[in-house]
Amino acid sequence: MALLLFGALPYFAQTATLTPAQTRAKAKAQNVPEIPYEAVPNFLKLPPNVYLGEGIGVATNSKGHVFVYTRSEDTRLFEFDQKGNYIREIGEGLYGFAFAHAVRVDSEDNIWAVDEGTNMVIKFNPEGRVVMVLGHRPESVFGIPITPGFGAPPPAAEPYTFNRPTDVAWDPSGNIFVSDGYGNSRVVKYDKNGRYIASIGTKGSEQGQFNLPHTMAADAKGNIYVGDRSNARIQVFDDDLKPKAIYDQVGAPWAVCVTPGPHQYLYSSNSSPDNNNSEIMAVTGEVYKMELDGTILGKFGKPGKQVGQFSTIHELDCRSENELMTAEITAWRAQKIILHPKPQGANGK
Amino acid sequence: MRLTLLASSLFTVALCAQSVPEITFDSAPNLLKLPDRTYLGEVPGVATNSKGHIFVYTRSGVPYATMGGSRTFTHGGSRLFEFDQTGKYVREIGQGIYGFLFAQVVRIDPEDNIWIVDRGSSLVIKFAPDGRVAMLMGRKPEAINVGGGGGRGGEGGGRGRGGPAALPGAGTPGDLFNQPADVAWDSSGNIFVADGYGNARIAKFDKNGMFMKTWGSKGTESGQFDIPDSIATDAQGNVYVADRGNKRIQVFDNDGNFKNQISNVGAPWAICISPGAHQYLYSSNSNEVNNLDNGEIYKLELDGRVAGKFGRAGKVMKEFGSVNEIDCRRANELYVSEIGNWRVQKLSLRQ
Repeated sequence: MALLLFGALPYFAQTATLTPAQTRAKAKAQNVPEIPYEAVPNFLKLPPNVYLGEGIGVATNSKGHVFVYTRSEDTRLFEFDQKGNYIREIGEGLYGFAFAHAVRVDSEDNIWAVDEGTNMVIKFNPEGRVVMVLGHRPESVFGIPITPGFGAPPPAAEPYTFNRPTDVAWDPSGNIFVSDGYGNSRVVKYDKNGRYIASIGTKGSEQGQFNLPHTMAADAKGNIYVGDRSNARIQVFDDDLKPKAIYDQVGAPWAVCVTPGPHQYLYSSNSSPDNNNSEIMAVTGEVYKMELDGTILGKFGKPGKQVGQFSTIHELDCRSENELMTAEITAWRAQKIILHPKPQGANGK
Repeated sequence: MRLTLLASSLFTVALCAQSVPEITFDSAPNLLKLPDRTYLGEVPGVATNSKGHIFVYTRSGVPYATMGGSRTFTHGGSRLFEFDQTGKYVREIGQGIYGFLFAQVVRIDPEDNIWIVDRGSSLVIKFAPDGRVAMLMGRKPEAINVGGGGGRGGEGGGRGRGGPAALPGAGTPGDLFNQPADVAWDSSGNIFVADGYGNARIAKFDKNGMFMKTWGSKGTESGQFDIPDSIATDAQGNVYVADRGNKRIQVFDNDGNFKNQISNVGAPWAICISPGAHQYLYSSNSNEVNNLDNGEIYKLELDGRVAGKFGRAGKVMKEFGSVNEIDCRRANELYVSEIGNWRVQKLSLRQ
């Protein structure tokens, strides 16, 4: 197996002058140490006649099985084992699948799919059967939904109705958090039985407001880390959705994840744009590793189409601190990434 | 307007809930065994036949539209499954059929014919017990308009073409439906169609499907409806119509003459009448899909006296998510189908 080492390569050239668009897109963090890493080539083995489309969601369960939620001809959810061997498809032809956005696996190995096309969050048990749904698909009997004009205000948010939701997370008690999303600008909390508890957020840039809450993760204390993508910041809330902190040094958080275990870390991807704009790609595409308090420990990656480069990371899985999975929109793939951090204490924090 | 309705319904339920006894009940776990690669979606319809087989009409699969030269055509989105009395999968009926767009209900008549009502295709389809189409009522609209299809609840006067201007929702004197909601039969085999979401009327046909009469229009007076969502008949041939938006069950004689109304059970989404010497009426005050309010099911005498109630809206077992149909072929063994929870529950009432 060929191992490709990227950490030793020079990162993108530091240009003396940035364009205004680059200045907006580039992460503010300076002098962040590079974490050496490699990508596992050809990790996922697909059966004949099965193809991934846009790599939108990726997650692993407790056995290391990999779940990939992809925008193929139809939106589809695949399961692979820990070696990348194909196991099965889940939810083939499901009423709730139209336009994938995220897949996450909870502590009991239930598989949750967030579909931005049907406005649904679907919980599958480990056997792959639907055991709970949140939100509901707009009724097709009313014909093709009317799309509000660009910039038009979305209809008022309702407790059990989403408008292009983006992600799901759980606190240690099993309470469910949904980031919602492109149409609404809020995070909603439900109890473990799916009963509405609270929500926070409107569209805006104040603390507690969002401009595209795109990704979300919870830590062991029930704090919620929301990737407030178009505001280029991660907002932290406590378990009651009270604002706690803002981390705005790591660019636009397209994808965040929090590692398990006694010492938890936060990863966030400042993904390159999905319109492949080379001007912005030149200053984005890296993934940051942070302490939960926002202290930046290191970064890795750069944009590109080759193995080990990143093509608009859309979801990150970090069940294992140094073995990550990425799902990438513009490369139609999910990659397994192995980090080789320097020994503890050598990270220069 | 929706908020006002919600508030008043909460108030009504709170008022009458105090005196209504709670019925204890169980729900059978893992009822339906689906084959691999087969999933239920929203489940608006469930019914059983004389052998106890369970029929499930579900909004499953992916509804889609294709573009013609100047019009857009709709396809798919609903499936009809049969299970045996233990929940074992038997077969699919009507796979790929022209009329399965947006499932509404399935009902089984006394001869075990299987009837489905589809809101998307505005069809009532009768299948013989062998699963073949035996009779068709209504016609599927040829195409849909891109950018918003049919109007919600009783807008306009149905699709009446020609003839004198009818009252809003009165429909045409025939079997052209506009988002029909339910079907029932009297002991002579006459057919009653609750029509429905687009129209607001009841249409009566003989057992051969020949039009006999129609009554009702959009409104709040006796004999008018705001979404006649569910319909059932008793052994005398009286017709019970769940007038959901008006939060009442209207009772008519066999010819459509108004007799009385039952208005203390919330918004009836689904009603059924049990067979036998002592018949009961069940009615579900279902939650809207964007809340988990209400959700309880009432058991009533046919004269409207409430015998008890059970359940509430929610997502775990023994809770209900927008119950859209109740089967009560056996008085204390009910099947409920849930739009919100994508499932069917079999309930045993213990009284």
